[in-house]
Amino acid sequence: MNIVVCVKYVPDAQAERTFNASDNTTDRENVDGLLSELDEYAVEEALKIVEAGEGEVTVLTVGPDQAADAIKKALQMGADKGVHVNDAAIHGSDAVATSLVLAEAIKKLGDVDLVITGMASTDGTMGVVPTMLAERLGLPAVTFASELTVDGGAGGTATIRRDGDASTQTITATLPALVSVTDQINEPRYPSFKGIMAAKKKPVETWALSDLGVDASQVGLDAAWTKVSSFDARPPRTQGEIVNDEGDGGSKLAAFLSERKFV
Amino acid sequence: MFELSQDHEDFRQVVRDFAEKEVAPHIAKWDAASHFPADLVPKMGDLGLFGLVVPEEYGGAGDAGDFTSLCVAIEELGRVDQSIGITLSAGVGLGINPILTYGNEEQKQRFLPDLVSGRALAGFGLTEPEAGSDAAATRTRAVREGDEWVINGAKAFITNSGTDITSVVTVTARTGTNADGSPQISAIMVPAGTPGFVVEPAYHKLGWHVSDTHGLTFEGCRVPAENLLGAEGEGFKQFLKTLDDGRIAISALAVGCAQACLELATGYAKTRTAFGRPIGVNQGVSFQLADLAVMVEGARLLTYKAAWLKDELHAGKRSVKEVKQAAAIAKLYSTEAAVTATRTATQVFGGNGFMEEFPVARFYRDAKILEIGEGTSEVQRMLIARGLGLPA
Repeated sequence: MNIVVCVKYVPDAQAERTFNASDNTTDRENVDGLLSELDEYAVEEALKIVEAGEGEVTVLTVGPDQAADAIKKALQMGADKGVHVNDAAIHGSDAVATSLVLAEAIKKLGDVDLVITGMASTDGTMGVVPTMLAERLGLPAVTFASELTVDGGAGGTATIRRDGDASTQTITATLPALVSVTDQINEPRYPSFKGIMAAKKKPVETWALSDLGVDASQVGLDAAWTKVSSFDARPPRTQGEIVNDEGDGGSKLAAFLSERKFV
Repeated sequence: MFELSQDHEDFRQVVRDFAEKEVAPHIAKWDAASHFPADLVPKMGDLGLFGLVVPEEYGGAGDAGDFTSLCVAIEELGRVDQSIGITLSAGVGLGINPILTYGNEEQKQRFLPDLVSGRALAGFGLTEPEAGSDAAATRTRAVREGDEWVINGAKAFITNSGTDITSVVTVTARTGTNADGSPQISAIMVPAGTPGFVVEPAYHKLGWHVSDTHGLTFEGCRVPAENLLGAEGEGFKQFLKTLDDGRIAISALAVGCAQACLELATGYAKTRTAFGRPIGVNQGVSFQLADLAVMVEGARLLTYKAAWLKDELHAGKRSVKEVKQAAAIAKLYSTEAAVTATRTATQVFGGNGFMEEFPVARFYRDAKILEIGEGTSEVQRMLIARGLGLPA
């Protein structure tokens, strides 16, 4: 079972995140980054599958130099090897271009049974890359899995449980397939001391766009379908609405919660 | 010269992450209830925290680990909560180390794998109601009857001795008299649940509420003769060595305490306003925080220098004397810095610093024991003076 986990290096959500004033892209220089927490669930799920059977987990990221830290964290958790696609031309890429680069990298890796991703990144939170990636690879996309069961035998399958508001779906796809996982699927492990030490010896390959046959004009800010035209810091939180109970406090409260789909 | 490696820094980040996610959200509740979180210990074991100085055959990190890494882990746990830090420090230094250092192969195989994985904890019963650092005053006695030791006596302030997962407590006892009339002390392992081994109710402590501490009573407690740890009569030497190691670990715990106070008080001084501006603009506050930053830096350097020397000693490059002196110096300075740091931090917090909702109040209660445990500040000064060659 060869599993590729796609991960993203994102600015720490705890830090004060901002954009570059020059081109309105995410500021990665002045904010500490880390492996997107939603991707930790994908790494954990891949490790569980391999530990229960056999196989290899390759962690793949597209990003600048610092993104190597995201691979390192996944290797410390227990992934076997890493691939880092790093090319200055990728700067400013949107989800469409990112999915192209990921797809070409997975094709180059070759014999892949399962691609696992997080449900979204914690910075862009678009959640569209998994489906775009599956489309480019011609794989079935089974997304938002809260549970994953893989039968890796001949004609193997991946079966997921997807929890919706009104129903729970069970979906089976034949392998190879792409699965995106939610934060309900498992409890990601912390790297152990031994894992940290072992990670240093694990192979990480760095590829440029030229290694993937992707032209620089297909990616980057200029090729992006969407652009950030301006940004402003979020205004300070305003004081909440105070409801005076004039006998109808309960129904006003219920209406408020209902409007926001809490009840 | 010494420095922390990238591996140490990577490991620090993991332990910090663990402490902030697994300890911080629960600690106020555990502290208020004096609850020992036995479920947390195997999670700490999964991180490898109990095996950093243990060979691989018992589940430890082997050559990849070192004492410096253990100090990093203790500091980072201690930065979030001192009780959790001491649970690790005592679990390794007092629980695992004596068995690892003096145990025979059968004893090591029997106890170490569970202790290293965090599935069990061990304690070390040295202190008695009337014998602390003056360990020669030990009153607990063990008498050999056939192929058993019969133990009678009492121990005081024994960490990790009464948890749900405590597997064994190593106790020191008089087993005879030396030719010069001094008591012969030996160390004997007493498994939890042995008849006659009574764990007294937990102490009501000023701080360290989450740490498990009990008095122990031995009433005709019988254990097999093979539970003797190391050679008969060697107990005195064994625990002196054990305490030397523990001093550096306590120093790391103190660094975590002081670091937490620095961060908390600095954050508060930036946001709390009085007379229309943050209190941190006042030099009465900012200079105290500047002094605190210097203390934290000094304490950390002394601690990791001592830890580095200990790792060098392990590799045969340093003398025991050099490490002992560095350990005493680090312990004395860091623990006094920690107490000062908690006093400064609570003062910066003003009235809020006296409220249990704010962690600085807990650190204030927790810090005092640092100047006492594993040898008081006075004992450290005595040791340092001796190290200077002054007459004993």
